[in-house]
Amino acid sequence: MLLFEIVMVAMGAVRANVLRSVLTTLGIVIGIAAVITMVALGEGAQQRVQEEINRMGTTILTIRPGQQMWGGVSRGDAQLSVEDAIALRAGSDGLLKVSPEQQSRMQVTYGRYNSNTQIMGVWPEYFEMYDHQLEAGRFFDQGEVQGRRRVAVLGYNVPETLGGTPPELLVGSTVQIRGIIFEVVGILEEKGDAAWIRPDDQIFIPQSTAQYRVMGGRDRLNSIYASTETPEELDQAFAAIDGIMRREHRIRVGEDADFNIRNSADLLETRNEANQTFALLLAGIAAISLIVGGIGIMNIMLVSVTERTREIGVRKALGATKRAIMTQFLVEALFLCTLGGLLGVAAGYGASELVTRMAEWDTSVAPEAVFTAIGFSAAVGLFFGLWPARRAAMLDPIDALRYE
Amino acid sequence: MKASDEERRNDAVIIRTEGLTKHYVLGAETVRAVRQIDLTIERGEFVAIMGPSGSGKSTFMNMIGCLDTPTAGKYWLNGQLVSDLSDDQLARVRNREIGFVFQTFNLLPRATALHNVELPLIYAGVGSKERRRRAEEKLELVGLADRMDHKPPEMSGGQRQRVAVARALVNEPALLLADEPTGNLDSVTSEEIMAQMETLNENGQTIVLVTHEHDIAAHARRQVHLKDGLVEQDFLNEPVETSA
Ligand SMILES: Nc1ncnc2c1ncn2[C@@H]1O[C@H](COP(=O)(O)OP(=O)(O)OP(=O)(O)O)[C@@H](O)[C@H]1O
Ligand SMILES: [Mg+2]
Repeated sequence: MLLFEIVMVAMGAVRANVLRSVLTTLGIVIGIAAVITMVALGEGAQQRVQEEINRMGTTILTIRPGQQMWGGVSRGDAQLSVEDAIALRAGSDGLLKVSPEQQSRMQVTYGRYNSNTQIMGVWPEYFEMYDHQLEAGRFFDQGEVQGRRRVAVLGYNVPETLGGTPPELLVGSTVQIRGIIFEVVGILEEKGDAAWIRPDDQIFIPQSTAQYRVMGGRDRLNSIYASTETPEELDQAFAAIDGIMRREHRIRVGEDADFNIRNSADLLETRNEANQTFALLLAGIAAISLIVGGIGIMNIMLVSVTERTREIGVRKALGATKRAIMTQFLVEALFLCTLGGLLGVAAGYGASELVTRMAEWDTSVAPEAVFTAIGFSAAVGLFFGLWPARRAAMLDPIDALRYE
Repeated sequence: MKASDEERRNDAVIIRTEGLTKHYVLGAETVRAVRQIDLTIERGEFVAIMGPSGSGKSTFMNMIGCLDTPTAGKYWLNGQLVSDLSDDQLARVRNREIGFVFQTFNLLPRATALHNVELPLIYAGVGSKERRRRAEEKLELVGLADRMDHKPPEMSGGQRQRVAVARALVNEPALLLADEPTGNLDSVTSEEIMAQMETLNENGQTIVLVTHEHDIAAHARRQVHLKDGLVEQDFLNEPVETSA
């Protein structure tokens, strides 16, 4: 009951000085806006990274060639070969699905249409690992890899670049890759981009065909992919791959490996660092604004207490306890800060919306972030309002009544 | 019986001070504003405290109004020893037992007359409906039924003081204290306020009033004269004087 009255009085005091109140809360507004923007950007980036990791496969390990070392001296880039992939498949007791990858950009012709497309030489397991689905036709199989057959599975966007022929019609017809005739056996469903990987724009052919018929006998692989059933098996898989690869490359225990094994999160890590720097900057702005804003609130509350010394005297003479006076001024500070917090949330929401539009950077304002921000501004109000409120509460009624 | 006898006597007494003293220390100098005042006021009395400027009237009033604490001495209000209560306990006593009327009105300028009168009830924790009803009743009593929603700056001095009287009465205090309530009013308005006080007293309200005007003091039934912080004279007004 009394609390309600006190809140009304505090709000009345804020309303009596609207302009002053709004200007006072500016620091809080900016601070909270920065917090909201920061969280929104971070959350957006986080979501995007997670989506990309999902798309890149949470159970996939990528093996890349590293530096070949000899007694601490680099002897140039190491190589990955099909034999490595075969060894991995054979040596992992069914723990791993494995596919080599050999890629190159090449001229693709279909009738009178031409395009420059990334050609991927892979094993059929590749489609399983990345969970590709078929729009039309079929995948190629192990037999076709063994037979170095000229069969191609097209990414979702490829038919579009080849004159927009409907997938059903394209399956069974032939395309030329670097002048070599291939039969189109399947078209993939849309997959979307994951970091630098754009499967929708690629053409997949058996790795053996790529090596011997298209890429002129090149036996270097770009990478080898290995995947497990579940993410929990990744550690075990990592150890298994390391062991097999070291054996294959004759690298002794304790020596540096000439290959890298990465999971999807590792591969995306570098890009996250930029986001984190930006988030840190915003956090700095937020912290400074909130402190400055809090001091502003304290200042205006001290002014308010001085201006209303007589009012405080009257209230005390009529029976207001210290706690009642203290609460009144605390609620006023709290109200100011929460108001600033709300305005800040609105401003932060607007700012992140703007970033989304202008920089095409996904943002998302989480409801918890909004509550936390408002809670935080209230805490600032409590902290910086405490001293002025205490000063008001401790006033001597006679001195306060006499105050001119 | 002795106990009940004493109880009855205590019951009749509303104010009792013993050696009530207030010193102000200003640097090396000590101002003895009130020195050793022993005074007893009974329920239903109408007392005027008089004396020259600086004689300690306001200081004494503030102490019996529980706004100020004595340097020494004892003070019982309604049989309760209040001279050594804590600040918050004093606030509660001010709220429940005492109604204060000031020379400078001391109304909240931004609040309506009604809200001003409701204030003591807010701190007493009275619900809003009941509060409004009681505030309206007291504003009607002082003849301001048609000015309830006016704010103090929109009112005359006399009207403001009547709002202050209504505010002082709203929590049905045992004691109404007024420190020069007519000090800022013209003589006609002063008479109106004093007539109001007389009526209240006739209905049983205990009133203590500070003034230095004999005309005003004449409305009371008893006069206590202070000089240099001591009681100089304490006498009852002649009935003739009261009605004159
Ligand atoms: N806060 C204070 N600090 C120092 N001295 C004070 C204070 N308040 C009052 N005094 C002194 O105490 C003495 C009594 O003051 P008080 O206000 O009680 O007089 P008063 O009888 O009410 O006078 P008036 O008729 O002018 O109102 C005066 O000498 C005054 O200067
Ligand atoms: Mg005085």
